[in-house]
Amino acid sequence: MAQTFSMIELKNIKKAYKTDFTNLQVLKGIDLDIEEGEFVSIMGSSGSGKSTLLNILGILDEYDSGKYTLAGQLMQNLSEKQAAYFRNRFIGFVFQSFNLLSFKTAVENVALPLYYQKINRIERLEKAMHYLEMVGLKEWANHHPNQLSGGQQQRVAIARALVTEPKVLLADEPTGALDSKTSSEVMDLFEDIHQAGKTVIIVTHELDIAQKTERIIRIQDGLILNREI
Amino acid sequence: MKFIDLDKWSEIFQSIQKHKLRTGLTALGVFWGIFMLVVLLGSGQGLQNAIELKFKSDAVNSIWLYGGTTSKEFNGLPKGRNITFDNEDYEVIGEQFPEIENLAGRVFLRGNLILKYKDKNLSFSVRGVHPDMIKIENAIIESGRFINDEDQRQRRKVAVIGSIVSKEVFEDEDPIGKEILIGSTAYTVVGLVLDVENDRSQREIFIPISVAQVVYQGNDDIANLAMITGDMKEEEVAELETGIKNLLASKHQFHPSDVRAIYINNRFEDYQSFQNLFLGIKSFLWFVGLGSILAGIVGVSNIMLIIVKDRTKEIGIRKALGATPRSIVSMILTEAIFITSMAGYIGLVAGIMLLSLMSGVKSEFFLNPEIHLGVGVAAILLLVIAGALAGLIPALQAAKINPIVAMRTD
Repeated sequence: MAQTFSMIELKNIKKAYKTDFTNLQVLKGIDLDIEEGEFVSIMGSSGSGKSTLLNILGILDEYDSGKYTLAGQLMQNLSEKQAAYFRNRFIGFVFQSFNLLSFKTAVENVALPLYYQKINRIERLEKAMHYLEMVGLKEWANHHPNQLSGGQQQRVAIARALVTEPKVLLADEPTGALDSKTSSEVMDLFEDIHQAGKTVIIVTHELDIAQKTERIIRIQDGLILNREI
Repeated sequence: MKFIDLDKWSEIFQSIQKHKLRTGLTALGVFWGIFMLVVLLGSGQGLQNAIELKFKSDAVNSIWLYGGTTSKEFNGLPKGRNITFDNEDYEVIGEQFPEIENLAGRVFLRGNLILKYKDKNLSFSVRGVHPDMIKIENAIIESGRFINDEDQRQRRKVAVIGSIVSKEVFEDEDPIGKEILIGSTAYTVVGLVLDVENDRSQREIFIPISVAQVVYQGNDDIANLAMITGDMKEEEVAELETGIKNLLASKHQFHPSDVRAIYINNRFEDYQSFQNLFLGIKSFLWFVGLGSILAGIVGVSNIMLIIVKDRTKEIGIRKALGATPRSIVSMILTEAIFITSMAGYIGLVAGIMLLSLMSGVKSEFFLNPEIHLGVGVAAILLLVIAGALAGLIPALQAAKINPIVAMRTD
């Protein structure tokens, strides 16, 4: 390997969901290193804590103890404003249910993260168009999400995740709502993104999806089991 | 921060355009609240205007004095004497009671006199009055003027005619400056008067009391005396009444407790009851106004709560993409304030348009519906603030919830 730079560094991350009556320990001490440019999958059955882990990685959720360093910056005790900043600049998120805004067109959805960078509308749409073209949906730019197939919607969501040129692309069961043919197309897209040098992390419970990545991290009962190359 | 953030506004306009139902419901709530407020307050004002005009002539705090017949012996004088007022009484009362705002006497000419003009011969009743009678009768000068002090002093042969007299005698002609014969005396018409109280008072002709006394009566008797007591309180009016009665009792030699020697008609109670009626209408209008505003506030607040709930998923997505809580709150509130103030404005305009249509309606109980613009604007402001406040709390909460949780809602 050439020069390696640790993109994500987790040290003894713990997370519990507390209610009045229960204290559910979801993550019991996660140690994890992901280097820049890696293509990684996090695998586990439902309830294993893999989605919680991904949400912590994506700064969508907080952790109770441990240390999370993203691109050299410690993600701890962030204010809402700081969290919003890192979400916007460092992370591109792809969700299982796409989470596109139904009242916006494909290109407007892709451009939305740039709105929060105070980039003007023309530049936003130009950039968004570029990324739509990259995912092969240029012709569909002015369609609304309900006029697109699931695979197309997920590709729009991927373009949206990439438009801010984030450091890490996080995908939570990105193929969970897609048929196998479309799934493999979406995975090919992730492969392309990885080839372009981006760090890509995918959470999945499907082995054939995980096997398309370079490294599988297995998680069970809130702990990482082993590491495979 | 830029004052006008074009990008923010284009986001808001897009949101408004794409959510027509939501926008429509919010707008309708505010529109209806303001519209109803304007129409109700305006027509209430119309009702009040009409009633005020109709009863204006009665809504004067006045006292009327009529001569009577003594029913008690007094100072060796027998009972059964007629008491008649004269010019001296008029002057003495004016001197002794300067608190009286307006004082006037009136004489009735016996029978109806024939009015002659060109080929017309019509019979009307004629009254000789002091100039102040116009204030006491609370009649309106339609054109020209009423009898004045000069007429009175110089015994000018001038006449002021009621509107029915004018219509029947002069038809479409302008009566002012015309010569008429009343009986066998020539008068110049100087004014046209309108007393809305009843038709009878519009069939009357007024001439200076000095003229009536000299030309027709041959003495200085006054049939009755009337005065306006202005803003005097009930006790002050009662005190004045007693004072006048005692003065007249000593002048005309009757017993002060003789209730038949003179008759006193104190209109204070009438005045009071009309003041109460006006107050009642006013309070009712306020009640209606505040009621519809309150209903509007409740409606708008409800819609705002629903809107924020409706947008929770969108808020979650926006937060996951890097929206700050402040930008979320600002987006929701700006949109809400924009919609409510626009709808409020349209409601105000529509309400005022309907009022101006209604002002064409001529009715005894409806006149010139109107609303103070300030009231309308204040109402809109109140609704906008209420809507913003009602939206603020859930918006703050929604902006704070975890984006993951927010995105899971549907």
